[in-house]
Amino acid sequence: MSGTDWPLWEVFVRSRRGLSHTHAGSLHAPDAEMALRNARDLYTRRSEGVSVWVVPSSEITASSPDEKDPFFGPAGDKPYRHPTFYEVPEGVRNL
Amino acid sequence: MSAALALGDDALVLSHRLGEWAGHAPVLEEEVALANIALDLLGQARVLLSLVGDEDELAYLREERAFRNLQLVEQPNGDFAHTIARQLYFSVYQQLLYERLAAGDGEFAELAAKAVKEVAYHRDHAEQWVLRLGDGTAESHERMQSGLEALWRFTGEMFQPIEGLDAAGTTGAAGTTGTNGTAGATGTDGSGSGVDWAELESAWLSAVTATVERATLTLPTGPRTGAWAAGAGRQGLHTEPFGRMLAEMQHLHRSHPGASW
Repeated sequence: MSGTDWPLWEVFVRSRRGLSHTHAGSLHAPDAEMALRNARDLYTRRSEGVSVWVVPSSEITASSPDEKDPFFGPAGDKPYRHPTFYEVPEGVRNL
Repeated sequence: MSAALALGDDALVLSHRLGEWAGHAPVLEEEVALANIALDLLGQARVLLSLVGDEDELAYLREERAFRNLQLVEQPNGDFAHTIARQLYFSVYQQLLYERLAAGDGEFAELAAKAVKEVAYHRDHAEQWVLRLGDGTAESHERMQSGLEALWRFTGEMFQPIEGLDAAGTTGAAGTTGTNGTAGATGTDGSGSGVDWAELESAWLSAVTATVERATLTLPTGPRTGAWAAGAGRQGLHTEPFGRMLAEMQHLHRSHPGASW
């Protein structure tokens, strides 16, 4: 295995009836094509009609836990910033 | 029913070989992939052997000479490249054969239609690895080439017609094999399970050649069968490693005959 690079990939799966891709986990693979195939084996059990995204972990930039407050904190005491003052019509399943 | 036995034994024996990789594959992801393929094949074997009789009795109580699998699938795993070479040769064959069975209306049409999706994945997996090993490092290239060479001589057997799957349907009438060049959906007597073996062989050759060349490897040139083979697996004549594989596979059942689990 000398010189062989098996980088980490993040896997996002959209199930057949799902609306969006959800992070399912990660895996190691030599390239994107193999990552897709490995993801199929590991995370989808080959159900038909699902969509899989794989992204090299190194391509993901994450927010820093240190910046949590300035990043996510401020709006909590300002209810007018939250769209909570109307009723969700019946029959709307996804908003 | 010898056709179900032949196809079932192919799947059973290769499944067992792939199972031997559990815990030994180069990486965890590959281990899962090989186990997945083994499970697919075992599932196919169960259905096919059940058409013949009791699946457990057939798997565990037959002697080596009663198995009808190809000699190719009983070959030991060797290194990873050998396993991949074996998988490439067999998966391409199995996919092409099952596609043709699925297109007909013979007794295997329904079963083949279900299995062909699995087999297409096996083939894709093998091809992906042939490309990576062949076009990888100098050592992986050399190992992939030697895997292809070592197993080449077992590939001729795949195209010996299986009784019951020729173009004349189950009657086995000689000399009526369809030569119309199409995928066997039209047996000469309309029985529909016809496989044109010569056409299957040329389709296999061109598919394998394409992959091998893309992987910067060379197609082996040696004989694809010969006197050394002393017959063939389809007739129940097997290579030496097969007996040891069966001894391991059948050990428990033979120690406790009749037990249920």
